[in-house]
Amino acid sequence: MRVAGPPARDHLLSVADLGREGIDEVMRLADSFKEVSARPIPKVPALRGKTVATLFFEASTRTRLSFETAARRLSADVMSFSASTSSLEKGESLRDTIETIDAMGVDAMVVRHRSSGVPAQVTAWTSAVVLNAGDGQHEHPTQALLDCYTIREALSERGGGEPSSDLSGLRIGIVGDIRFSRVARSNVLAFSLLGAEVTLVAPRTLLPSSLEGWPAQATPELDSVLEELDVVYLLRIQTERAGQVLLPDLDEYHSRFGLTRERAARLKPDALIMHPGPMIRGVEIAPEAAELPASLVTRQVRNGVLVRSAVLFRLLAGPGRPAVPTGEDPVA
Amino acid sequence: MPELLIRGGHVLSGGAEKRADVLVSGDAVRAVAKSIDPPAGAKVLEADGAVVAPGLVDLHTHLRQPGAEVAETVETGARAAALGGFTAVVAMPNTEPAIDDASVARDVLALGEKAACQVAVAGAITLGRRGERLAPLGELAALGITLFTDDGAGVQDGSLMRQALEYASDLKVVLAQHCEDASLAAGGHMHEGAWSSRLGIAGLSRLSEEVMLGRDIALVRALGTPMHFLHLSSAGSLALVRRAKKEGLPVTAEVTPHHLFLTDAEVASYDPVYKVNPPLREEGDVEALRRGLAEGVIDAVATDHAPHPPERKERPFDEAPFGMLGLETALAVCWTALEGRLSLGELLAAFSARPARIARLDGPAGGRQGGEVAAGAPANLVVFDPSASYLVDPGRLASRSRNTPYAGRQLKGRVRHTIYEGEPVVIEGEAQR
Repeated sequence: MRVAGPPARDHLLSVADLGREGIDEVMRLADSFKEVSARPIPKVPALRGKTVATLFFEASTRTRLSFETAARRLSADVMSFSASTSSLEKGESLRDTIETIDAMGVDAMVVRHRSSGVPAQVTAWTSAVVLNAGDGQHEHPTQALLDCYTIREALSERGGGEPSSDLSGLRIGIVGDIRFSRVARSNVLAFSLLGAEVTLVAPRTLLPSSLEGWPAQATPELDSVLEELDVVYLLRIQTERAGQVLLPDLDEYHSRFGLTRERAARLKPDALIMHPGPMIRGVEIAPEAAELPASLVTRQVRNGVLVRSAVLFRLLAGPGRPAVPTGEDPVA
Repeated sequence: MPELLIRGGHVLSGGAEKRADVLVSGDAVRAVAKSIDPPAGAKVLEADGAVVAPGLVDLHTHLRQPGAEVAETVETGARAAALGGFTAVVAMPNTEPAIDDASVARDVLALGEKAACQVAVAGAITLGRRGERLAPLGELAALGITLFTDDGAGVQDGSLMRQALEYASDLKVVLAQHCEDASLAAGGHMHEGAWSSRLGIAGLSRLSEEVMLGRDIALVRALGTPMHFLHLSSAGSLALVRRAKKEGLPVTAEVTPHHLFLTDAEVASYDPVYKVNPPLREEGDVEALRRGLAEGVIDAVATDHAPHPPERKERPFDEAPFGMLGLETALAVCWTALEGRLSLGELLAAFSARPARIARLDGPAGGRQGGEVAAGAPANLVVFDPSASYLVDPGRLASRSRNTPYAGRQLKGRVRHTIYEGEPVVIEGEAQR
């Protein structure tokens, strides 16, 4: 989570690089791609001739497919860097790996890495635009953008009228493993930039050691805030970490922090339930609660492509780009 | 070797400062006087505007030889030391193999014979620095080694540490601890606090340092044996040492230049050049350490010069090794950080006389380092210009590595000349060998 320094306009490393205006622009661009995706051939030539490389040093099928689909819908060429860390294990430095790919001529690098900060380090070694597709426990900006988009869409459908990125008045609870979650760090920034009030709900062992500078409050009692929440955002408990030393066991977690059927029944009638996936039913959410109509989990996945198209378009289409992507070139 | 005249400087020695020329003959100072005419054939070094002081002594240098010559060698590390004004360094034993037996120690000492400064060696406390069995401290002490440490790690086992202190007391050697409780530190890569929380990097809590320091102070209190604490980094550690000294316990402590100058906010760049152990901490810690040094609670500044080649540092933050360069910039960094807080004479004492005493390099067997600038004293001298400023250019460093956190920074104070055993090994900031 970046809190200092000027926003890096040329990359997307943190939600802070966008600011409120930038997030709103991405939302509006995503609206226009939603229209494109409804066409028989859901493609525009906006990024024809550009090459987008996806560099996934950590496995992630969904985010990678989502980015690659988004790039292809913009007619970009996609280069998929085989994500094993084998070259690094052979002794090649991260810098050498990046410079090798840079030499192939790419316009954007979409980087996923298990270590925090790698996308920021990569910017020093390439002239390409760098997009953070999730770095360690730091940030996952496009996940936050698609979450904002999903909330915005749901609110607009419910209330009618133009969709608005203004989330002021909304109270959003992020529940679970905040400490190790890049999704939480990006979402805290994004939700608060759009005006929502964010509450972190977790045992102290799953909170970061310091919340200084975080635009959020924290509580260890889900039951004390449950009825006031407009959005319940559940995070996956990383069983390998949290299940061992930071929590007594997962059953206890479920009883204190899980969205049980009883708790789901106490939510506001129109409260939204979200989860970045993959979801562990029976831990952070009861099986029945995941099927409730308020759950936006599948919609979150669909919106990922729209938002990633918007982000790629915004960073790569150049200064002369039109305000919204146009072009009826069906063969592009 | 021709005679050497250091002309026009202010001689800072034994707490006094006076305008004087210094004549060096052979490996000793021959005369210190207001004005000395250069003898025929003498080499003249100008020192106008600069201070002439006893050469600096670094208690904490990683020379990487044997085992990691790609990062540094005794030769390159000693050259870097000379450029920093040091006339003696203590080489840490975390080499590969570790300096835990006489043969390795002899090899390093032999390499040091040809180096641009005196190279003393610290021995390991435990075999292979594994914290399981005592190294042959007596055999190493017989080579003149007086300081022992498992630096890079602390001795975790309290019972073993107690035995080590008891055994060392018979040998009249000093044990130095890298205070870090491994269970509390496990998995950490930067200071645990607001920045680590934001950046999503696992934290190294102050607790890991303070818990072991507290244990060791209790051991010193019980056993009465002296102990030296390496690179203290937290305000809490400073408070523990302050209290221990007030009790009269025989403890000494050092601080690094980087812990006096940089904070954890630097890590926001994710540049592993700022990854160091103990980690860069917060403003409050930096302030406490500065005050501790100014008040004498901290005895010495030591560099913890830790070279790593670029290919090891240009990695993800959590995969990069700990450590940063320090020798060539140490005095200027501290002067930049502390000018106005303590006098140059006080700072130089923390760089020379006091570390020489801790490592026992002040006696005849230790090279009589950190003494005075006076006729008859060994000619180990630094000529430092406290008002010159310069930009740190990593490309000009003598170290084999480039991992300086000060690249592109303007520092105040510059080492002009270094004289080691009467030989000008650095002239006008240029290494002579």
